[in-house]
Amino acid sequence: MELEIKDLTKHFAVYERGVILRRKIGDVHAVDRVSFQIRRNETLGLVGESGCGKTTIARCMLYLEPPSSGEVFFEGKNITEIFKRANKSQVLSLRRQMQYIFQNPYASLDPRMTVADIIMEPFEVHHHLPRDQWIDRMYELLRMVGLEDYHAERYPHEFSGGQRQRICIARALAVNPKFIAADEPVASLDVSVRAQILNLLQELQQKLGITYLYISHDLSTVRHICHRVAVMYLGKIVEIAETNELFENPLHPYTVALMSAIPLPDPKHKRHRIILPGEVPSPISPPSGCRFHTRCPRRIDICSKEEPPLIEARPGHWLACYNPWPPKHVFA
Amino acid sequence: MSEKLLSVEGLRTYFYTYAGVVKAVDGVTLDVRKGETLGLVGESGSGKSVTAQSIIRVVPTPGKTVEGTIEFEGRNLLKLTESEMQHIRGKEIAYIPQDPTTTLDPVYSVGDQLTEVITRHQPVSKQFARSKAVELLRSVGIADPEIRVNQYPHELSGGTKQRIAIARALSCEPTLILADEPTTALDVTIQAQILELLKELKQKFNVAMVLITHDMGIVADTCDRVTVLYAGQVCETGTTEQVFENPKHPYTEALLSSVPSLALRKDKLSVIPGTVPNLIHPPSGCRFHPRCSYARQICVDKDPELESIGDGRLVHCHRWRELELTSAVAS
Repeated sequence: MELEIKDLTKHFAVYERGVILRRKIGDVHAVDRVSFQIRRNETLGLVGESGCGKTTIARCMLYLEPPSSGEVFFEGKNITEIFKRANKSQVLSLRRQMQYIFQNPYASLDPRMTVADIIMEPFEVHHHLPRDQWIDRMYELLRMVGLEDYHAERYPHEFSGGQRQRICIARALAVNPKFIAADEPVASLDVSVRAQILNLLQELQQKLGITYLYISHDLSTVRHICHRVAVMYLGKIVEIAETNELFENPLHPYTVALMSAIPLPDPKHKRHRIILPGEVPSPISPPSGCRFHTRCPRRIDICSKEEPPLIEARPGHWLACYNPWPPKHVFA
Repeated sequence: MSEKLLSVEGLRTYFYTYAGVVKAVDGVTLDVRKGETLGLVGESGSGKSVTAQSIIRVVPTPGKTVEGTIEFEGRNLLKLTESEMQHIRGKEIAYIPQDPTTTLDPVYSVGDQLTEVITRHQPVSKQFARSKAVELLRSVGIADPEIRVNQYPHELSGGTKQRIAIARALSCEPTLILADEPTTALDVTIQAQILELLKELKQKFNVAMVLITHDMGIVADTCDRVTVLYAGQVCETGTTEQVFENPKHPYTEALLSSVPSLALRKDKLSVIPGTVPNLIHPPSGCRFHPRCSYARQICVDKDPELESIGDGRLVHCHRWRELELTSAVAS
């Protein structure tokens, strides 16, 4: 077991308007008591719509955002505690093991640094490599992500989106991490380039044995790259299973609707779409009971009263729903 | 087949920048028939949006349409005066922009923005326009339109804003709608709602649509015919079924196979090597040749003709006769 999060909760306070004497008027329940595990060398996909708390989970795991409550365990150590104590050498050593790839490669690279500077900055921070090896290692990383040696002295603006994402990956790899949280790494890229980056991430996993948390709203890339998938809705995990199991036997009405909403690239295959009415409710005052009940086509009485627990519905397939679809339900 | 509503021929729109002339659209030919949906697909920088902007003549500076004809219901739009064009924009050809958050004016209420379009093109009173605005909001599936009509854009979600942009496009009953990636900024479940709405409205108002997208799934789902663009040029045109089942251009084949499939898991996604070319110095000959796995010497030397190959299909490739391309998605 590489990583485990237990009852992770993150609330953001909301204040009334104004500058002085602002009263707190509520909490955004971004993530609410979420638990899951990521195994070594595994890619766990975290799927859901915008605002459901995917990014917040990843940020809390790496303590870029202190969680309101709950713990994160990395190789058996309670890393939330370590980050909280803020012992500099311990924190840096954790940062070397856990890295983050941001969604937007246009905003996450300093425009005034050359690619060589960007990739070597982690060496400067962590001092985990003797200085005479920096240049060689930098070129090695460049080649590893499919860039050329002459790219080293260029600036980020000279690159396309796909190439920038490669630079971000090289920077993350500079400290030899064991775990990388990739936050929508291909969302801002073109389809033809998307495939290149996904293949690169997979290759690196096989070569270096990295564990990924892959955050995405796009189920088709998730199916391709992930071993297990967790589906989120409004700060809660509603379903989590092995990728093939989840795609063949989606049980939660939200998962089924999400899958049916994706247009298939096959003009002959026109399937019935489940159109969810309305929009995701506000996370400031989430609906009572099951948070999905306001839009759910299969809701029953209990759904609005009690919150369904996450239970193992089939072997390795966890589900939080009182009235799931039957297994092998085909939504075509 | 019904008659042509819009036919664009040999359209060239260039951007005169300090770095050089960017040939964003370089010889695009396409046509839209009455009541049909034409998909315009391609990667970013392939000239999809500039083509749409050229049609309604709102190309931003330093861009200029330098050549071509745009025939719309018997008139060449490129020959009209600006004031004649203003009667067409919004009234006969409407535009749904990509990003719903930046296209509505934040200082006007939803109702004001809709009535502005209506009173601009139709001789009706403000009150009548207002009641029509409420009706339009209802027809695009907005709950409580009487309340929404007095709200401001920042009070609304992305999906609702996109519905308002659609309502605004429909307000003068246009014959053609140019929809520029209308669902790209939205979540999948909201995207499904909007796509369904567009299909429904197309039936109800019998309006033709040019749907710009980079998502092959949306094309398969909503479009009757499709034109594939690459680096400012047409690769091929055909009905959605023809293009998806029997692609004739290597770029279409590559594009279809690089889409990760929901139904099928492959070990490795096939990729199109390289990136979209620089359009200041586009590659010689066929613009796709540096990334094409079937390229020959002729592709480097000579730009192929856009050939009509029967069945209403157009192909822009030297080797379409000899190549046997397969479709990664045909079932």
